Amino acid sequence: MRPLRILVAKPGLDGHDRGAKIIARALRDAGFEVIYTGLHQTPEMIAEAAVQEDVDAVGLSVLSGAHLTLFPAVLKELRGRGGGDIPVFGGGIIPDEDRAALRAAGVAELFGPGTATQDIVDWVHGTLRPRA
Amino acid sequence: MTKRDWLERQYRKSPERPVRFSTVSDMPVEPLYTADDEPADAAARVGLPGEYPYTRGVYPNMYRGRLWTMRQFAGFGTAADTNARFHFLLGQGQTGLSTAFDMPTLMGYDADHPRARGEVGREGVAVSTLDDARELFAGIDLAAVTTSMTVNCTASVLLAMYLAVADENGVPWERLGGTIQNDMLKEFIAQKEWICPPEASMRIVIDMIEFCARRLPRWHPVSISGYHIREAGSTAVQELAFTLADGLAYVQACVDRGLPVDSFAPRLSFFFNLHNDFLEEVAKLRAARRLWATYMRERFGATDPRSLMLRTHAQTAGASLTAQQPLNNVVRVTVQALAGVLGGVQSLHTNSLDETLALPSEQAAMVALRTQQILAEESGVANVVDPLGGSWAVEALTDRMEREARAYIDRVDELGGMIRAIEVGYPQKEIAEAAWVYQRQIDRGEKTVVGVNRYQVPEERPPELLRVPLEVETRQADRVRRVKRERNATAAREALARVRDAARSGENLMPPLVAAVKARCTLGEISDLYREIFGQYRDPAWL
Repeated sequence: MRPLRILVAKPGLDGHDRGAKIIARALRDAGFEVIYTGLHQTPEMIAEAAVQEDVDAVGLSVLSGAHLTLFPAVLKELRGRGGGDIPVFGGGIIPDEDRAALRAAGVAELFGPGTATQDIVDWVHGTLRPRA
Repeated sequence: MTKRDWLERQYRKSPERPVRFSTVSDMPVEPLYTADDEPADAAARVGLPGEYPYTRGVYPNMYRGRLWTMRQFAGFGTAADTNARFHFLLGQGQTGLSTAFDMPTLMGYDADHPRARGEVGREGVAVSTLDDARELFAGIDLAAVTTSMTVNCTASVLLAMYLAVADENGVPWERLGGTIQNDMLKEFIAQKEWICPPEASMRIVIDMIEFCARRLPRWHPVSISGYHIREAGSTAVQELAFTLADGLAYVQACVDRGLPVDSFAPRLSFFFNLHNDFLEEVAKLRAARRLWATYMRERFGATDPRSLMLRTHAQTAGASLTAQQPLNNVVRVTVQALAGVLGGVQSLHTNSLDETLALPSEQAAMVALRTQQILAEESGVANVVDPLGGSWAVEALTDRMEREARAYIDRVDELGGMIRAIEVGYPQKEIAEAAWVYQRQIDRGEKTVVGVNRYQVPEERPPELLRVPLEVETRQADRVRRVKRERNATAAREALARVRDAARSGENLMPPLVAAVKARCTLGEISDLYREIFGQYRDPAWL
């Protein structure tokens, strides 16, 4: 089985990339193929990269408070490009009540501050499968 | 008995706990420091408060003369929302203002730009036009307070707006006191909010330093910042070294432009992080002062004592706070703030306990301010100047921080200076590596984070959070559109053209910028002009 290919993406205007880089590195060390977009990506840019690179999942890091706008926008852009089946997960500063809304909108999983990187690796192992 | 004898004969017999004795930055520390650790020139290196090399503080009387400025960073929603928080904080005894702007403002987009969607007023206050700036400072006497503005790639525009507001209120520029962060080098290194590439960004910064040296004698035109470097995951030594290396780069660029060093250096200020490791943080601040004084005298021949003095703001470490058991954050902030005070800072922001969850609520912001007031007026630590000076442990750690920081600064020099170092990703990669090492230590339980990897409990309900309603965005975008509709279009176009001419010719940007914001050109329009003339920088996305 080929390794899972994961796009780690940083949407929005803020420069908080510490978490995204650590997650990217942890996933890569765990044997996954990781593509990191860098900062300041629009939802369109992220969806385009996900489809072009034919990834198995997209991980979004949002610490700017714009999660209620950015997560649904990425999901919508993915659907618009035929990538509606690509699971989207994420993390950042996201209050509990917003998590429920994002889960309902189709976000697969959300990891909050203080999550051990191994927990995220375990979730990826347990949940994600290569797309056909 | 010498220290070595004591270690061999006495200490070795007593067992140690099975942990690694190192700072939060993983700098190993010895079990004991004694007079044997002092270098031969200890007296000259440590000196006295207010005396070169300022290890013990920049002023002879320190907090016996004047307490540090309590400057709580605030900003959210619209200018009117933030103005109300300013009035609240001033009413609670805060002594200076500090403005947080939202991401679109920090990245050079107006509230009505598609890239601003979802971000308007979320991480700070939205300021797109002079109308917003005027409302932000309504009812505040700009001659009586000092104002700090945390903004970098659009700092030139925000400073122009502040000057325009001062003009409208009849406050002469020479009476304006405050600080604008305006430290672009650390943006490329750590905070990562930028418009144009490093060389062009540097030119704008130096324009501002030059302009302020001539026109704003009480203003700090740049706040050379280690805060964000540390938040991005650096060690304490890296924070110290890269910050000073950034400072040296600004001084060099000003000197290269022909400014005499003592004409601008007295107005340079600094901004450091205060993390959990108490002794390491105190040592860092003391080493910073000594290093800066030494470099300024030896490298640049500065003679004005104010050019040699590293005066600094500090903020407790946001990244050290936990979403788990958030009340514990009050204790972390207290320890961190105490390190800042015993490290001799000139102004201080204490973080709110709820900042890993959202922007601070009014209640949380008040506890944070009260923490400083308790340190200042109840703890007694402000009564003695540099009470930790002469502690063998503190002096030895200070020496060590100084030595290790010098090695990093030498490396930056070898690479050809900070702009070249940034272009090859040297500080960025060093910091990312340190962040990774720290995360691994936490994941493996080698470093404790209370409530996260030890002493966990099922989570209680989170505290009441401040929420910025989504309609702020619509309202703010409407305001920008209204300004663009109502202003004198010809005057705005001409004012913008004068900024373009200055950008091209190399003439100082500040005077045409003040005219442009008065003609109600927007922050986004001016930033677009920077993009057009100077080009746009993109994240190299190094992992």
